[in-house]
Amino acid sequence: MTDAKLSFPHPPSRPDQAPDFSGIVIPEAGSLPVPPVDITAKDCWPFAVGLIRVLDDDNQAVGPWADYLGDIPAETLQLGLRDMLKMRAIDKRLQNAQRQGKTSFYLQCTGEEAIGCGFQRQLEQGDMNFPTYRQQTLLVAADYPLESLMGQLYSNELDPLQGRQLPIMHSARDYGFFSISGNLGTQYVQAVGWAMACALRGDGKIAAGWIGDGATASNDFHSALLSASVYQPPVVLNVVNNQWAISTYTGVAAGKSETYAARALGYGIPALRVDGNDYLAVLAVSRWAIERARAGYGPTLIEWFTYRAAAHSTSDDPSAYRARNEADAWPLGDPVARLKAHMIARGDWNDARHTQAEAELLDKVSEVQKRVEAHGTFVNPKPISPAEIFRGVYADLPEHLRRQRQEMGY
Amino acid sequence: MTRMTMIEALRSAMDVALNTDPNVIIFGEDVGYFGGVFRCTAGLQAKYGEERLFDTPINESAIVGLAVGMAAQGMKPCVEIQFADYVFPAYDQITQEAARLRHRSNGQFSCPLVVRMPTGGGIFGGQTHSQSPEALFTHVAGLKVVIPSTPHDAKGLLIAAIEDPDPVIFMEPKRIYNGPFYGDHSGKSVPWSDHADSEVPEGHYTVPLGKAAIRRSGADVTVLTYGTMVYVTEAAVKEAGVDAEIIDLRTLLPLDLETIVASVEKTGRCVVVHEATRTSGFGAELMAEVQEACFWHLRSPIQRVTGWDAPYPHAQEWDYFPSSARIARALTSAMED
Repeated sequence: MTDAKLSFPHPPSRPDQAPDFSGIVIPEAGSLPVPPVDITAKDCWPFAVGLIRVLDDDNQAVGPWADYLGDIPAETLQLGLRDMLKMRAIDKRLQNAQRQGKTSFYLQCTGEEAIGCGFQRQLEQGDMNFPTYRQQTLLVAADYPLESLMGQLYSNELDPLQGRQLPIMHSARDYGFFSISGNLGTQYVQAVGWAMACALRGDGKIAAGWIGDGATASNDFHSALLSASVYQPPVVLNVVNNQWAISTYTGVAAGKSETYAARALGYGIPALRVDGNDYLAVLAVSRWAIERARAGYGPTLIEWFTYRAAAHSTSDDPSAYRARNEADAWPLGDPVARLKAHMIARGDWNDARHTQAEAELLDKVSEVQKRVEAHGTFVNPKPISPAEIFRGVYADLPEHLRRQRQEMGY
Repeated sequence: MTRMTMIEALRSAMDVALNTDPNVIIFGEDVGYFGGVFRCTAGLQAKYGEERLFDTPINESAIVGLAVGMAAQGMKPCVEIQFADYVFPAYDQITQEAARLRHRSNGQFSCPLVVRMPTGGGIFGGQTHSQSPEALFTHVAGLKVVIPSTPHDAKGLLIAAIEDPDPVIFMEPKRIYNGPFYGDHSGKSVPWSDHADSEVPEGHYTVPLGKAAIRRSGADVTVLTYGTMVYVTEAAVKEAGVDAEIIDLRTLLPLDLETIVASVEKTGRCVVVHEATRTSGFGAELMAEVQEACFWHLRSPIQRVTGWDAPYPHAQEWDYFPSSARIARALTSAMED
């Protein structure tokens, strides 16, 4: 006889049940201070298991992190809101385009817009993100041309990657956006390497790694944290905890650990856990961590606590594994709605302007989409030269690839 | 010119590269203060400082992953995996990231990276200090795969690999680090100082990637080989008494097909020799290329002498390692019309 038995984590609810987030503790906005920029990991426990929040239930910016941000001009908030609305319009239009067969694949970031949009606005030219496939927000907030973004999604002649990559796997070096790989976790340790190169060059730039909650289980999450701890490069390591890895509940990746942020403390890396649906909290903590990195205090890990409101991808149906309307029950709400309400409370925004901004952005996105689609879609293809397959495998075309290209007829 | 072992030649290559290009950076397990378990980086940290040459945690995925991030920014990392047998945790970073970065980003990012690793058997290394995993890299588009067999080539090829704009897997046959090995494990070891190819220029020079070397000219049969097996084949040729042409491939990917085809068209016979296991080994690719390009010139079936399809054993080392006797038999057999 033995009492030993295995534990299998389960989500709080399944499709035949009501959403249940009663197990999630949401601290009040403003309850955590701003730590000193040279804080050590061992003093970070309250920040790693708490939740940094700025916007309260009355849509006011409160507490030490609001003070840290200082007076935010209305234009800054409007810019943030526009970034998020633009992202939402792109998601809407491209999700639709995939349903119409115009592109093979798409991934939305609904509910997670604040994180990438806010973080990017705190970076400088020359800093480099190592994103996952759910950070198109970084491109949108970097004002990446929509023609290039959509060209990639349609794999047409406007595609900067010449059709080689699955839709959503962007690469935009000049916009601080590293080439996305389908292999999860790999970019996390590469970000640390890039940051080490920044330090070696003394160029004042930083790197930002991005990973989802599910992919923290990959070995390169460990590789990245350990390397960042050993060499102390200027890197911000972001974990976007959206509660789901395709169909797998976040508890399967987390086990009995307190939070993802808490994991970093074991590596000696200061870590903060943040309300990812609070645009002001995103701005504040991003600024703090980025300034900390740039000032030479080493790596920081940020766990952005959020919820993946949409399906994992266009190939996924979440109604098969999680409660219906779970997103509506998410206790941290919707990032766009919360920023909008705050701006209205400040007197810098109103419903009419919001409706107008939404419509204008959707019009703009649709207009670009039409132009980009004229250059080819999956239903109306304008093929890229097949010879492109062989270009860039190596810097120079080796003999065996030249022969294969000839065999193909080019 | 001076006489160098392969270890000294590799160290000299890294010395030259560190001195020539401030972007060159070297790291791996035990390579820094200690100078590497095979002494390949001895003295270099003291000369160039810790920022150019440093120790890493025991994490191959991190070693290569960090290097990919650095290389993407324009640095030139030359990293070490302590044994080729331990490269597998880094296989994801090498094959899915380093190899593809230029292609998938349409040239926005590239990966001028060298991954050095001691390879091969013949040292009683057992299962995890003897493997020859080159075929797992030659199958990957975007990589270059290099295996030197002399101190002169080791230095010239390593400098060329570091200067190359693409990721290079640089495999160093550790059996011949200190001297050539002709397969006779009962006799005294032979030092490099007795070998002409241990004459190595002290400064900068390169041996081009993608070019094979003819180690012995011959008219009767072509032997395609690389690494330690170049020397075992030399011994076998003497044993068999055939006029074989020995081609040391030096670079497996991209392959110098021109030199191979010219030789096989001349001899009409071909034997492939490698330490690695047979099935789906690089020998299969060589046989396929020769068959496609030289079919009408072939006078006998292409043969191959390889390690057996079993994990590398300890006690039975010399029953496993391809012997000169086995190669001699293949040469004799290839000569039968």
